[in-house]
Amino acid sequence: MDGVSFTLEPGTMTGLLGPNGAGKTTTVSMICGLVTPDAGQVLVNGRPLGLDDDPAKRRIGLVPQDPALFDELTAQQNLDLFGALYDLSGAGLATAIDRALKLVGLSDRRGDAVGIFSGGMKRRLNLAAALLHDPEVILLDEPTVGVDPQSRNAIFENLEDLKRSGKALLYTTHYMEEAERLCDRIIIIDHGRVIADDTQQGIYRLLPAPNVLHIHLAPDPAPVNWLNELRSLEGIRAVDLDRNLLRIGVVSITQAAPRVLDWLNEHGVVFEHVSSERANLETVFLTLTGRNLRDS
Amino acid sequence: MNLIPFVALVKKDLLLFFKDRRSVMMSFAAPIAIASFFGLVLGGALSKDDRQRIPVWFVDEDRSPLTTKVGQRLQSEPALEVRTGAVSVARAEVRSGKAAAAVVLGAGFGDQAGAAMFGGPDKPPLRLLYDPSRAAEHEMLKGILTGHVMQIVGQEVFQGGRSTRAMIARSLSGIEQSPKMPKPQREALKDMLKAVDKWSAVNPAAEDGPATVGLTSPYQLTEEAVTARPSGVYNSFAHSFTGMGVQFILFMGIEAGVMLLQQRQRGLWKRLRAAPVSRSMLLSSRAVSAALSALLIMAVLFTFARVVFGVKVEGSLLGFLLVCLSFALMTAAFGLVVAAYGRTPEATRPLAIFVTLIMVMLGGSWVPSFLFPAWLDKVTKIVPTRWAVDGLNGMTWRGLGLDYALTCSGMLLIFAAVFAALAVRKFRWESD
Repeated sequence: MDGVSFTLEPGTMTGLLGPNGAGKTTTVSMICGLVTPDAGQVLVNGRPLGLDDDPAKRRIGLVPQDPALFDELTAQQNLDLFGALYDLSGAGLATAIDRALKLVGLSDRRGDAVGIFSGGMKRRLNLAAALLHDPEVILLDEPTVGVDPQSRNAIFENLEDLKRSGKALLYTTHYMEEAERLCDRIIIIDHGRVIADDTQQGIYRLLPAPNVLHIHLAPDPAPVNWLNELRSLEGIRAVDLDRNLLRIGVVSITQAAPRVLDWLNEHGVVFEHVSSERANLETVFLTLTGRNLRDS
Repeated sequence: MNLIPFVALVKKDLLLFFKDRRSVMMSFAAPIAIASFFGLVLGGALSKDDRQRIPVWFVDEDRSPLTTKVGQRLQSEPALEVRTGAVSVARAEVRSGKAAAAVVLGAGFGDQAGAAMFGGPDKPPLRLLYDPSRAAEHEMLKGILTGHVMQIVGQEVFQGGRSTRAMIARSLSGIEQSPKMPKPQREALKDMLKAVDKWSAVNPAAEDGPATVGLTSPYQLTEEAVTARPSGVYNSFAHSFTGMGVQFILFMGIEAGVMLLQQRQRGLWKRLRAAPVSRSMLLSSRAVSAALSALLIMAVLFTFARVVFGVKVEGSLLGFLLVCLSFALMTAAFGLVVAAYGRTPEATRPLAIFVTLIMVMLGGSWVPSFLFPAWLDKVTKIVPTRWAVDGLNGMTWRGLGLDYALTCSGMLLIFAAVFAALAVRKFRWESD
């Protein structure tokens, strides 16, 4: 990691995005005290996080990338353990377990061995285990990897509930659509360095154009010496031709699209299909690093 | 130390242990089954009369009064189960393993044995056909046979009467025909035999009657098994349950260590460490749960041995508990060493089992350490299992006191401390 610094605010969800190996899990590990940084520190409410048994860890809940559960034990026994690790016992622990199981929709499965749970159910129980001690900060390390759409939506609803209740959430993922749906703020890291840190709107402002026009040309298009002429049209920010796919970054689809299509017709460039999309975080990462996020 | 997370961690380990059927089988059923088998094989708690006797064939090709007496003596020997028959049958029985050996007294044995005692030229044949895989029984039979033959032939020579005088006459004749014997010795021997002949001539009590005098054993053998109670019977189940208990409890210790490696592999260790609990609590809870499991296994094994086979703590009960506790702690520390030095569960388990089997073998769990060569007997004192086996044997069938238990417990606790120090020093905290 190199100079990574950010602050998590109550009632917000911050997305920590980056390709595999970018340093997301290492960052999370440092925040919850599993990895000691060479330099710098983690502050919890302004106080440096101390040794393994620092009580400040009670303010943090970790949802690890792989469900950290004992398959041989029941859901109840797992939660008994994780609650006790945060000094919960007796009626307080029982109430916390009831609340957490209800939140993730597993109240009726508390007596079942975790080993027979589906992947989605394990993920939800994994989340419940992190919430027992009512932490102020919740670290979610790729919590939806390998989860079916139904369970993913259930987890998203749980996280939105937690955000509304005032928790500060850090959500690491390499699924940009998840971050777009859930996160108020986006931090993009690559090779251990922060390359962007802003609200979603602020991140999109880093792009040369907020919309992209996709035009599929007929096979064997004419030579490309006309591209520079196309770039000079009003409202067009970028033009790229990849085989038959012509991608044009534009400020406004409604103004630029007719102008571009008329120009192509006038210059004898035959096209077969036209579509458009709003620029997304994938595009941002591509723009900032020159690499596709999922191919990195 | 905050007890709520500590107790929860210990409880978790115990739950995992008891939910794993394989571990439970290996820790309870396997040692009971194997210890029971070894206990039975090694003599069990049977009285001396009930013990298995050595099967021996006796072949009398001479059929003289002397060889008949030898046969009768062997048949009255409590350690032997003697059957009689032809040499061909006896040989076949030994070859098939049904008999440990066959004693064959050849023709002329009775006539020649007495004369041969005084250096006569012809020593009668006594063949011992034996199963080479039963060397100990072979040696034992040789001893028994020598004792009886020497006693019977001696009685024949010195009992008096006609048969003694005839034997002396044959011996004198043999001595005359023995050119190798120096003349002074020959003359001295002839004088002695003539004196015996003279004694036989004036000993009418022995004439044709049963032997009332002559050579007899110069001592009366009285046997006493030196165990906890002077009148008690050695219970081999005490040793077999000790040995197998030590072995399988160490196996449980290995599994405790391997479980830590598996938890590291599955990310569970990382999750536990994310909680506000110290490293010492994580390791010590694992050690305490392993020690509790060890104590429980020991309690079940010795309760079973007590109820079914009558194994008792004949020595100090407090000493027995101390040895159990210190061995449990040593096992827990050994498990931590396995977790600290192991890389993956798959690679670690077989290596740890190999090391454990060596320790168990050298510790005297399989065969008692007094059977080792002297140098090995000394060397094995650097093996912790030796102190566990000696301590438990000492408190059970040997009936030793608290002072002996303190020595063994002290050594086990030293090993536990060394293992724990090695584990803490080597344990990888951040590599997962």
